[in-house]
Amino acid sequence: MTEDIYVLGIETSCDETAASVVKNGTEIISNVVASQIESHKRFGGVVPEIASRHHVEQITLVIEEALAQAGMEPKQLDAVAVTEGPGLVGALLVGVNAAKAFAFAHQLPLVGVHHIAGHIYANRLEQEMEFPLLALVISGGHTELVLMEQHGHFEVIGETRDDAAGEAYDKVARTLNLPYPGGPHIDKLAHQSDEAIDFPRVWLEEGSYDFSFSGLKSAVLNYMHNAAQRGDEVPPEHIAAGFQNSVVEVVTAKSVRAAEQYKVQQVIAAGGVAANKGLRTSLTAAFDEKGIPFYIPPLALCTDNAAMIAAAGTVMYEKGVRGTMAMNGRPGMELASWN
Amino acid sequence: MIYLGIDTSNYPLTIALMKDQTILIEEVTNLKINHSLTAMPAIEEMMKKAKVAPAELTHIAVAEGPGSYTGIRIGLTIAKTLAWSLKIPLHLVSSLKVLAANGQYFDGLVCPVMDARRGTAFTALYDGKTLEPVIADQHSDFRDFLNTAKELGRPILFTGTDITIHEELIREVMGELAHFSGPQNRLPRASNLILLAQQMEATDIHHAVPEYQRITEAEANYIKNQEGQSS
Ligand SMILES: [Zn+2]
Repeated sequence: MTEDIYVLGIETSCDETAASVVKNGTEIISNVVASQIESHKRFGGVVPEIASRHHVEQITLVIEEALAQAGMEPKQLDAVAVTEGPGLVGALLVGVNAAKAFAFAHQLPLVGVHHIAGHIYANRLEQEMEFPLLALVISGGHTELVLMEQHGHFEVIGETRDDAAGEAYDKVARTLNLPYPGGPHIDKLAHQSDEAIDFPRVWLEEGSYDFSFSGLKSAVLNYMHNAAQRGDEVPPEHIAAGFQNSVVEVVTAKSVRAAEQYKVQQVIAAGGVAANKGLRTSLTAAFDEKGIPFYIPPLALCTDNAAMIAAAGTVMYEKGVRGTMAMNGRPGMELASWN
Repeated sequence: MIYLGIDTSNYPLTIALMKDQTILIEEVTNLKINHSLTAMPAIEEMMKKAKVAPAELTHIAVAEGPGSYTGIRIGLTIAKTLAWSLKIPLHLVSSLKVLAANGQYFDGLVCPVMDARRGTAFTALYDGKTLEPVIADQHSDFRDFLNTAKELGRPILFTGTDITIHEELIREVMGELAHFSGPQNRLPRASNLILLAQQMEATDIHHAVPEYQRITEAEANYIKNQEGQSS
């Protein structure tokens, strides 16, 4: 019989202060998230300095709550996993320094986790991963197709060359005067619409799995500008639907093509934008038709949380990956394999 | 009783361990290093040298600011997490007061100075004998502050590495009243921090936050816009 492994996860890379205890990398024992979204709303986006200030206010409370909900003492933990990067530097280093101090105080091993690896491993809290596996990571800061041959192996086969999908959603939402964060509002508007404006699909070179959303964003802005000059009233839901159709069609087509080319056993979606209804529906239908298993974690595990960091950190811990007291927040950290 | 003191509020890093009435070890560096990278390894190394295990610590003292936003956040995050993890009291001490302690026993007032750009500074006035604040910690236009300080008519000892930036202005405004500490007395010292902490109540660890002495730029702009709209 093997011993169970309990890992405390800490995540502070953007605007959520989060801590969680996960058992064996697959089972959530506790999952606490203190969201700051209300504090940033009036600025129309996340203000890094304000995010950092809130993290310091919340960090020990959130960790304490995660342990209390788990009914565990620090000495029952096997390791501490923390988001090392990428993210906002000032925000990251609150989590990293708290994790280091906690690990030092309790003499526990420390593991630094890549935020995107965390988003991918959120899926393992729902069902076991089957390799080769294709992960579609789509969030405020990331739009990536990642191929995994085994645990801890990551090959980015496609990524955005300019804006992340989430950024494009936010910018379009802002021009439509939708409240922050804009993504869910566009998704909702698009669903209410019976008509969609035909915006371009950006495919890039043949065979490429990369994405580009800044051209689409400009097309939307130009369209609105021209309509305003002509004095035309364009219903915002037509624009939202047109924009969303373009994003969804390209993302779905590239994901399906990659899944087929690499003959993957499983496709998983990860990241906040994976909560987008239009995208979920389209991806689910497309993979259903191809007979490829496709999973999206529940909303609470799509958005930033610490359970996903603990889940990824557990596998790293098992592989012998260790951080030191010299760990730093790494805003531009690359997704690298663990072996 | 073993105190661990930490000050990362500006470029200098200073940490110390004090057992009962004895300073066991103190480190002061002024090397523009990244505190997020170096503070914890320095603490680990120092405690190993002094043969003090984390569980043996009985108090944590930390400089709460003002200073570099990032700097004070690193020190405070480490300090509050250690204190909470070890279930021991946490003491917050003004970073300016820690600097002012360099001038203790000066017959007059002590003015710690941290440059905050655009002619402003984080500064205060402390009594040289008692280290009680005479003018509270603040973020001010430094010339205005000096003019107020001058009216007290007492000799003032200026301290902090940033006094070199403002030396001309200080001499111009203060004239004969101005005294300057030597380079050996311009760096914060964690031993002073610990001694000051010993005179202070412990704080509520969860609610311990840095003393920034300034709202964020985003908030300042937001307030300006709101005022612009209402007038
Ligand atoms: Zn994320």
